[in-house]
Amino acid sequence: MIHTNKFGLTAVVLSMVLAGCSSAPTDESTDIEDTSVQTGQVDTSAIDDSAMDAATAADTVFYFDYDKALLKPESRAALLEHAASLNSSPRSVRLEGHADERGTREYNMALGERRANAVKEFLVLQGVSAGLIEVISYGEERAASYGSNDGAWSMNRRVELK
Amino acid sequence: MLLLLMLSSSAWSELVIRVTQGNDKPTIVAVSPIALNGIQIKEDIGSIVEADLKRSGLFSAIPRRDMLAFPSAAKDVYYRDWRMLGTEYLVVGAMAPVGEGRYQLDFSLLNVTAQKTEFNHRVSGTKSQMRDLAHLISDKIYQEITGIRGAFSTRLAYVTANRENGAYVYRLNVSDADGAREKLMLESPEPIMSPSWAPNGKELAYVSFETGRPAIFRQNLVTASRQQLTNFTGLNGAPSWSPDGKKMALVLSKDGNPEIYMLDLQSNKFSRLTRHFAIDTEPTWMPDGKHLLFTSDRGGTPQIYKLNVASKATQRLTFRGNYNARASLAPDGRTLALIHRASSTFHVASFDLVTGRLIELTETRLDESPTVAPNGAMLMYATKQGDRGVLAAVSLDAGVRYVLPAKSGDVREPAWSPFLR
Repeated sequence: MIHTNKFGLTAVVLSMVLAGCSSAPTDESTDIEDTSVQTGQVDTSAIDDSAMDAATAADTVFYFDYDKALLKPESRAALLEHAASLNSSPRSVRLEGHADERGTREYNMALGERRANAVKEFLVLQGVSAGLIEVISYGEERAASYGSNDGAWSMNRRVELK
Repeated sequence: MLLLLMLSSSAWSELVIRVTQGNDKPTIVAVSPIALNGIQIKEDIGSIVEADLKRSGLFSAIPRRDMLAFPSAAKDVYYRDWRMLGTEYLVVGAMAPVGEGRYQLDFSLLNVTAQKTEFNHRVSGTKSQMRDLAHLISDKIYQEITGIRGAFSTRLAYVTANRENGAYVYRLNVSDADGAREKLMLESPEPIMSPSWAPNGKELAYVSFETGRPAIFRQNLVTASRQQLTNFTGLNGAPSWSPDGKKMALVLSKDGNPEIYMLDLQSNKFSRLTRHFAIDTEPTWMPDGKHLLFTSDRGGTPQIYKLNVASKATQRLTFRGNYNARASLAPDGRTLALIHRASSTFHVASFDLVTGRLIELTETRLDESPTVAPNGAMLMYATKQGDRGVLAAVSLDAGVRYVLPAKSGDVREPAWSPFLR
């Protein structure tokens, strides 16, 4: 039996060969099917990487406690500045939520989103149009600080306003 | 036992296996070098078989240097010589060309104690399939001696992340279960996550951020053709292929918070399965195709829940500890591997769905992504060695362990394939 795929590679399913031509009697035999792996291609042309100039000089990174999505009091001042700036000259912003490496990856995706949503809700309460704010979670996939220690982890539990 | 086995050869080959703990009473096997009868091949089939069996932790091997002879057929075996070495089972075999670039390998498993042939088997393939032949031999021997189907002919999918010239490069790779023959499936400057095998082993679903946002893709291993399945606002994550291959469970947060959805891959229709303001994520199918397990923090901390897909009724399964997440079900349908937090470290634990018993299996501290082999003997997971992400494996009874660190960079998110033949 011969299979031919669209690349013209021939995957041969070898047929059984009869017993009798070897010294040992064969109880049964097995044939190997070819399952070579091909590489796929990503299209990253859709990514807009152009960083926008921050409209204010206020901090754009907001940190969180472990396993928490509550805004810290020290984040308020900078967020109020961003809200005022966005209210006076509206533009689209992106809130990127992150988690530290502890725990499972998809749960951390959800945790990163929860943090970014906490920042979004604060801005919306200050009058910023929700339609201007996009929330993206990167979970633990984009660490800001490398290392498996409390210092690195505290830098990674964050939301970045872009 | 500390073994260092170099098993890689292709351009992307990066995994090296180190067995760190084996069974206390391993079965002693000797694999006589396969007689090649003048055939030139680069693989040493006998060594691959030996490494497979040793990696299972259930076997130890007689080194070649101790062998008094290298028989290739049962009729040439002097059982007394092998008994003196303590051999319990002996593997002998010989290869012969059968034309058109094909080769057949006849091998026998001999019971040295009973002085009898357990079975004779013939495998055949091309020169590019010599590793497949070797793993198939290992599967047959393992099954005959342990009664458990061998999983040496299976594959792993996993993600690597490397910083190259200051920028991250994420790669989705597929290799043999022993880490050899690594093949690149996808390379991207944006994160790749959560690979999930189709039940036929011919496709993978995964999350890619290549559009600037997370989206779920499916990709055929052989043709490399790929298709974007989701493009919703918010999370698009945690794909899990149903046992019949027709549906996919996944996570969307387009409703405001993460919910479990089911995508019908034929009609492309999404149906929502959970409705709760908490985090619901990491769905995985039960073998009946009628229930899902998932992680939810609806009780205040992440725990494993069971969901009836038809009635959408949920039931909490785990109660011990304040963090139980990312369940992976063993093929017995009864044993779960999950991530359990105990005094601020994250271990892989097994959880018995019938008795409710939870047992920590690992001693590493930042464990993630457990995935059980299709024969249920071992599970693989991701953890850290120093600051580097590595893959490690442990048997479900915690008696056997090995690690597969990448030569450079981080390796993570292993997904063990189903049986491929």
